Amino acid sequence: MNVFDFTLAGAKLQALGSGALYWPDQRLLCVSDLHFGKAERAARHGGAQLPPYETHDTLTRLEADLAATGAATVVCLGDTFDDMTALHELTEAEALWIARLQAGRRWVWIEGNHDAGPIQLGGTHLAELPLPPLAFRHIARPGASGEVSGHYHPKARLRTRGQSLSRPCFLLDSDRLILPAYGTFTGGLRSDNTALSDLMRPEALAILTGAIPRPIPMPR
Amino acid sequence: MTPLPAPFSDWFAAKGWSLHPHQSQMLARRADPALLLIAPTGGGKTLAGFLPTLLELADGTHQGMHTLYVSPLKALAADIRRNLTGPVEQMALPIRIEDRTGDTTYTQKRRQRADPPHILLTTPESLALLVSYPDAPRIFAGLQRVVVDEIHALSESKRGDQLMLALARLQTLAPGLRRVGLSATVDDPAAIARFLARHPDDCAILQADPGPDPDIRMLVTDQPPPWSGGGAAYAIPAVLDQVRQHRTTLIFHNTRAQAEIFFHNLWLANDDALPIGIHHGSLDRAQRERVEAAMVAGQLRAIVCTGSLDLGLDWGDVDLVIQVGAPKNVKRLVQRIGRANHRYNAPSKALLVPANRFEVVECLAALEAVKAHDLDGDPRGPGPLDVLCQHILIAACAGPFDANALLAEFRSAGPYATLTRAQFDDCLDFVATGGYALRAYDRWQRLQQRPDGLWQLRDPRSAVLIRQNIGTIQDSDLLKVRMRGRGPALGEVEESFAASLTPGDTFLIGGQIVRYEGLREMTVEVSRDKGRKPKVATFSGTKFSTSTQLSHRILRLFQDGDFSALPDHTTDWLRLQADVSSLPEPGALLVETFPHDGRQHLCAYGFAGRNAQQTLGLLLTKRMEALNLAPLGFVATDYATLVWGLDPVTDPAPLFDPQALADGLEGWLRGNAVMKRTFRASATIAGLIQRSHQGQRKSGRQATFSSDILYDTLAKYDPDHLLLRITRDEAMRGLVDFGRIEEMLTRIQGRITHNILPRVTPLAAPLLLEVGKVPIQGTAQDRLLADEADRLMQAAGLA
Repeated sequence: MNVFDFTLAGAKLQALGSGALYWPDQRLLCVSDLHFGKAERAARHGGAQLPPYETHDTLTRLEADLAATGAATVVCLGDTFDDMTALHELTEAEALWIARLQAGRRWVWIEGNHDAGPIQLGGTHLAELPLPPLAFRHIARPGASGEVSGHYHPKARLRTRGQSLSRPCFLLDSDRLILPAYGTFTGGLRSDNTALSDLMRPEALAILTGAIPRPIPMPR
Repeated sequence: MTPLPAPFSDWFAAKGWSLHPHQSQMLARRADPALLLIAPTGGGKTLAGFLPTLLELADGTHQGMHTLYVSPLKALAADIRRNLTGPVEQMALPIRIEDRTGDTTYTQKRRQRADPPHILLTTPESLALLVSYPDAPRIFAGLQRVVVDEIHALSESKRGDQLMLALARLQTLAPGLRRVGLSATVDDPAAIARFLARHPDDCAILQADPGPDPDIRMLVTDQPPPWSGGGAAYAIPAVLDQVRQHRTTLIFHNTRAQAEIFFHNLWLANDDALPIGIHHGSLDRAQRERVEAAMVAGQLRAIVCTGSLDLGLDWGDVDLVIQVGAPKNVKRLVQRIGRANHRYNAPSKALLVPANRFEVVECLAALEAVKAHDLDGDPRGPGPLDVLCQHILIAACAGPFDANALLAEFRSAGPYATLTRAQFDDCLDFVATGGYALRAYDRWQRLQQRPDGLWQLRDPRSAVLIRQNIGTIQDSDLLKVRMRGRGPALGEVEESFAASLTPGDTFLIGGQIVRYEGLREMTVEVSRDKGRKPKVATFSGTKFSTSTQLSHRILRLFQDGDFSALPDHTTDWLRLQADVSSLPEPGALLVETFPHDGRQHLCAYGFAGRNAQQTLGLLLTKRMEALNLAPLGFVATDYATLVWGLDPVTDPAPLFDPQALADGLEGWLRGNAVMKRTFRASATIAGLIQRSHQGQRKSGRQATFSSDILYDTLAKYDPDHLLLRITRDEAMRGLVDFGRIEEMLTRIQGRITHNILPRVTPLAAPLLLEVGKVPIQGTAQDRLLADEADRLMQAAGLA
């Protein structure tokens, strides 16, 4: 498995190319912004009917990351469901699949802005999860440290000779880590957006996702 | 000849005019259900189209809309309104004429729906919007005629397909509707007639006198054209000379970027400060309108332009057309030449300026084709299904529909005459449920079948969204360019180009060098900057491939070996090629292999056009990779593909095996960027992707995600989905152009002339200088990324 190793508040962490975060000492896998049911939500609102395979695809990737890391704890960092209706409309197969992934693991649902409410699937439902030296929450809080969050779907653009690449990315500085969106149907917010550049310290890194996760100075 | 009634005969007499023969023919046959008029520009085409309408409306008894005029250009609709209003007022005819385009105000549009004018001038998109309203039957009740202008251009695009579907709807609403098409000179008038007429009605084709043959030559310069490139900077002095000698010159270019560079260079050399303007589709509308107005007023001596001036207004005083770069397509060349000298019966004057040595040959072939009246055209397949999907949505916006009746209506449109029940059902299913193998949206269908069997929108409110997405024109992600500090808008550049800029970079737009300052709210802010070497902006203009017919002419020219009409520099070059290797010929594929610069090269002269040669490059390198020949990259032009790698190809024949190429295509297409681009266009038209509106983009793009993700997901889980099938068909005809590879393979019948050479050949040498080299993807991209990431980390002191 190709990972990028780094430390945050003394915790040794690994950024996976898939956009998941792994904490080996705790055997903890953290993913953010899964946005299950996004396609159906669009259809419900009379918009286009997007390919209804995104929940399946996201779960497939999550299963692969669980197998590769052997994680004992899973933290879903909020916006797991595109809205609360999407949670109720999970198909039976999908709900069973999630239950299968949960078997034998500690599972924590962090509340997000899309899915603020109890989740009646197995696992623990929390507003945030303190796990010293780190704290897991959906939206970064200015002034916090050792904080792992999601919400912004950061992506970064990199110019190479003759072409420009845009990839979802982790943002990392000495205080916090922001995870990229893990869900299949998710867009991104460019790292040069003021919402992100104001939040991150000047020396922040962007860790690009892809076959091999790669750090670059955070483009701003 | 039908005598004209009083106000008309008097008016013609007062003007000292008489009817052209084709104008009276149009009058005589005005009861025909469909008529196609082929006439050169300046031939009184518009009057020929409208005279029957004016006659029928003269007695003031007709209530409501009588004639609908559709043109591909908004500007043309406005212009025709002005041109028609004159005679109507002079003859005091009781006729109301109005135009309706994207620029028409909301109140005006409302009023037009409530109280339609006698003559409405509009565009295909505005018409599609009109037929989507529930009150369309009332708006179009009693409609008698529809006049489709510039139908030759519309018939080559999805805009035309959409228009014909709208006409089919109008025909249902107004069964007596008669159709008239106005066309420039084309290769296959019968095809356009079939496109226009209600299937299976007949459509008579009326030919106006085409006028005398044009006076067309190649521009002779002291300096020979360069070996490669498309700028034609070498010809600037000679072109300026010609501008000086003529009243008004149109200087056509094939791409917007080339037009910008040429214009820049032209001004650097324009010591007499001749008034010269620039006009292309990426410039701000206000700026284009200023240039057009100056042109009409006779204030400009020349306009550097692109396809944006192919159609449209009568420019009056143009007495010379210069085509810079190979014409690629004889039909378009002839139409461009027609822009010169709009007076009937005077020969148009035109000059061809080859941009490089090879284009000299192509220009000669094009000259011969023009002289022989041998126009080219690649026949278009049946109407595309993405447009059909959009039209099902449009029909649903107008009200509940019966599927059988809708199918019958669609089949009455020329481009959809061969539509099968299964195709229609697929489209209806896609629009209603998404058409996925996984039946996911039964509860949230877009269209629902009512108990009485009619189909309707599940949520009537979705009509608003559907109407916002009507149209088939793809605007790629464009960003406005504006002078900093509330300065004027200059035009638009592609988002990807803007992303490649860092503050301080300079680029050309509208003939000015500007300095990139930054991006603010989706606007590229620039400031003036003089005298630095600018980057060249990439514009989303169409890149044309040299037509099949023109390519064949070039090959025949090589075969005949008669180079007397070519300039000496080009003749010498071709002779040398014939001596050291051989010239390409129609009945075999010339393949050269030679070492150069430490790499092994293979050059295949397929003459299949740029897109197909590009595809060939991708397929060849893929095959070579499989055979362990370590290809490193390739470059393609309209004529040839040059591949380089670590090992020599000793036997090229297996590389060109048709079955192997077709199989390679299958596998390669899937993950290809061309497919993704094509998918995005089709998915937008078919209604799967909503067009992004400026406002939405501004408010954060986190909510929207790239269409590539949709493509990848579909390819992975639903590879037989309708949209993927549409994408595949489109790409095969368009950017992938595999059809022309097949055509080439049929032409050569397995005959390959393989010349093994010690060094690069005269014909292959220019390819080494070509821009647009394609590195072989795969591990390459990741390696590139790794290098760049390391460099950045080092530079930032972080590594």
